[in-house]
Amino acid sequence: MMLGGPLVIFISFVYLGLLFAIAYWADRRADQGRSVIARPTVYALSLAVYCTAWTYYGSVGRAVQSGIGFLPIYLGPTLGAALWVFLLLKMIRVSKSQRITSIADFISSRHGKSHLLGGLVTVIAVVGVVPYIALQLKAVSNSFTILMHYPVISMPGNATALPFWQDTALYVALLLALFTILFGTRHLDASERHEGMVAAIAFESIVKLVALTAVGLFVTFGLYRGFSDVMQQAQAAGLLQSMLNASSVSDQNWFSFSFLAAMAVILLPRQFQVAVVENSSERHISRAIWLFPLYLLLINIFVLPIALAGQLAFPDGRVDADTFVLTLPIAHGREWLAMFSYLGGLSAATGMVIVETIALSTMVCNDLVMPALLRYWRTRKAPADLTKVLLRVRRGAIFGILLLGYTYFHVAGEAYALVAIGLISFAAVAQFAPTMLGGLYWRGGTRAGALAGLGAGFSIWLYTLLIPSFAKSGWLPSAFLEYGPFGIELLKPQALFGLEGMNEISHCLFWSLTANIGAYLTVSLLKPPNAEETAQASLFVDAMKYDRPAIGLWRGNAEVMELKRLASRFLGRHKVDTAFAEFSSKRGKTYDPTQPADAETVHFAETLLTGAIGSASARVMVASVAQEEPLGLDEVMGILDEASRIRAYSKELEKKSRELEAATTELRAANTRLQELDQLKDDFMSSVTHELRTPLTSIRAFSEMLLDDPRMKLDDRKRFLGIVVSETERLTRLVNQVLDLARIESGRGEWTTGEVNLAELIQQSIETTGQLFRDRGAEVKAVIPEGDFQVWADRDRLLQVMLNLLSNAVKFVPADNGRITITLTGDPQHYQVSVADNGPGIAADQQEIIFEKFQRGDDDGVITTMGTGLGLPISRQIIEHFGGHLWVESHPGKGAIFSFRMPKGSDRLPASETGSSDEPTYTDRG
Amino acid sequence: MRRAILTSQRLLAVFLAGMLLLFSPIVSLFDRPEFWFGIPFIYLYLFTVWTLLIIAMALIVGSQK
Repeated sequence: MMLGGPLVIFISFVYLGLLFAIAYWADRRADQGRSVIARPTVYALSLAVYCTAWTYYGSVGRAVQSGIGFLPIYLGPTLGAALWVFLLLKMIRVSKSQRITSIADFISSRHGKSHLLGGLVTVIAVVGVVPYIALQLKAVSNSFTILMHYPVISMPGNATALPFWQDTALYVALLLALFTILFGTRHLDASERHEGMVAAIAFESIVKLVALTAVGLFVTFGLYRGFSDVMQQAQAAGLLQSMLNASSVSDQNWFSFSFLAAMAVILLPRQFQVAVVENSSERHISRAIWLFPLYLLLINIFVLPIALAGQLAFPDGRVDADTFVLTLPIAHGREWLAMFSYLGGLSAATGMVIVETIALSTMVCNDLVMPALLRYWRTRKAPADLTKVLLRVRRGAIFGILLLGYTYFHVAGEAYALVAIGLISFAAVAQFAPTMLGGLYWRGGTRAGALAGLGAGFSIWLYTLLIPSFAKSGWLPSAFLEYGPFGIELLKPQALFGLEGMNEISHCLFWSLTANIGAYLTVSLLKPPNAEETAQASLFVDAMKYDRPAIGLWRGNAEVMELKRLASRFLGRHKVDTAFAEFSSKRGKTYDPTQPADAETVHFAETLLTGAIGSASARVMVASVAQEEPLGLDEVMGILDEASRIRAYSKELEKKSRELEAATTELRAANTRLQELDQLKDDFMSSVTHELRTPLTSIRAFSEMLLDDPRMKLDDRKRFLGIVVSETERLTRLVNQVLDLARIESGRGEWTTGEVNLAELIQQSIETTGQLFRDRGAEVKAVIPEGDFQVWADRDRLLQVMLNLLSNAVKFVPADNGRITITLTGDPQHYQVSVADNGPGIAADQQEIIFEKFQRGDDDGVITTMGTGLGLPISRQIIEHFGGHLWVESHPGKGAIFSFRMPKGSDRLPASETGSSDEPTYTDRG
Repeated sequence: MRRAILTSQRLLAVFLAGMLLLFSPIVSLFDRPEFWFGIPFIYLYLFTVWTLLIIAMALIVGSQK
């Protein structure tokens, strides 16, 4: 089957029908509360409405003209996206909290809700963007004409030659107007969101990307053998020479185009619509930050190959480079690919037209028509139900804008004023940047400043960019371009004040933004902002701090009843009732509708109305039903100050409460520790008492036996008295040790520190305990190397430790063949003494326990006469007092090694002199 | 909250890096009439930087969760 007019028309209608179906389905889903667009990917795809027919067909054209000069339009938004977490997030938050539905409303609301300002923004947007819409109509009409003549490649003639009723663009415009009206103004919503439209736009974004990629793959890998093949052949034909020799990365346009594009991607009315108004969740921004740039990257990969292949295929220049995406498949007889490519272009163009028209119609309705109507109704009676009026105005605006676009296309045709409009449009919306972004971060901007800035920037844009483009199209005498108006060279539009050698866009951007920012700042600084401006500035600048808008900035008398009636006139009764019910349930209050409304309710009603008719009109309407007492600047400042003071207080309180919490936790921990210590003390007391009772019991028993039996044998008496004496000794020893331990632990121990030679100490201890070893039949061996083993310690105490270790050892070695080895070793910082025995050893889980008070290694229950259970704890305390360490290593069955290690040295100053001392601190003396 | 601040500061760093790589004299270092793998050097450079920026942003945003 051959492509031809009827088939192309049929498929176009099927495609548009599919769009209708998707939009309808998404709207239905939204009504059922199961939104399809509440997904981050759909949000990112809908942002790709940025890529219009100007991208789809025009990038290739730009690439032919200027090599990589098409890239800044996409690199700028990529970098800009990195800042969306600051900028776009704040724009969305402000817009949501105040139901702002257009960029005109945004700027007007920020600067004191001014009708004049909103109107000016709308005019700039319409003048700047309508030619851009015309460009889309032209793209659709041209691609349709080309495809209709398949397989002949013929460039469409000048459409202006045809009578308008034969012009495809007219029917395209009418059809799109119908579509836009159906999905853009199906009903009037306070939030002004269009779910169906967004779903259709996201779908179109996929179609245009897939179509352009399909053509790119066909060209790069079907006609050539990959990227390098295209590039090499182009290089051989001399096509890349200009790009390689003088690429545009180093000239000023490289930056200024990127900057323009980065601004346009959030400030173009259609971008504001999808990015801010249609946004369903702030969290979607995160995905868009990388997915949207990725989309831009993907849609640009094949632009240069297609441009080069087109130039290679049509070397005579007869075929317009802007049509290569379509004409390359046609030239190679791929009719279905050509058809698909055409659909891609159609989706790029229709997507842009639909969203742009909706955005502009909202602005025209709220900021141009509504103010006029409000003025008109002052003298005449307004109809009771204004919903229909609003819808009619919007629909009329959509038709009007599209017809305006068509007219511009019909008049301009192939003229320069249409071809170059992409960047000219961008430069127009860049005029919003100072007031928009400045207003988000600077409190000082006033209504007068914004008017002056926008006015100045817009005038310069008209003078240096739009009017010259008319002149170049031959609609105006071009003499003033060359010699300046009235021959004044200094005022030449494209070399203003003698600034020459710049590209016209960069030139315009420089002068218009200079004038714009200059006027905005200067005029804003002339007079301080008034009450309304201050209040609004605070709402915008502090948007990220407030959880909800500051209210209380209103004083007067209004009745809830009246407010509801007013809102119902614009939004419909049912919607307003629901909204108010939701509002009061959120506040947890019920209303008597006849009661006077408080500031919060008035604010709510005004916000509700703002969504439908814009902030300035909403202000006027609310004022019409309420007796308002205007607040003075001082009062507004007072309220704002108080709000910020309250915030500061609450922060302070939070901090205090956090501190308190921390203190409580500390106290609780200290308390637990005290309780543990108390428990330990109790345990200690009961242990001591128990230990005292055992010898006391036996002393008493033997004494009583001696007392009761006067005829006892002398031998028995002697034996009994001996026991009594030894038990008494044990008792004394125990009491001494308890006292000793208590003194050491409390830091009141008496120490006589001096130099101690460990070798001598060991010898002395062996001599002292010699009798014990002989009694037990154990053998003692000391391994002491030659040398000087001076440590700083209390000699008697250290001897006490040695004796304790030795007497412990002798207690546990097997009778008659016990072996005890004492070794003295040293490393650069320490000396170490180890006492090893061949006793039964100590189980791993017992090794720490034996250092606790009243715990003995002999857990078989036999209490040896020698042990008090305090020897090891005291020894450990002593060693640690001198900065040493006492521990045991043992494996059951293989004996035990008790070792202690002391820091070397005799030259150190004792940390504690004789007498009482605090806990000594032995820092590392390495 | 602190996590969000960190993420936004990382993105700011990516923005500055992108400014440096695309709009500073660095880019003119790569603006030479040469071919790499049969592709003009500057073209390859720009697309590489572009890809890296997107990957960096995706990683930063992805690590937020």
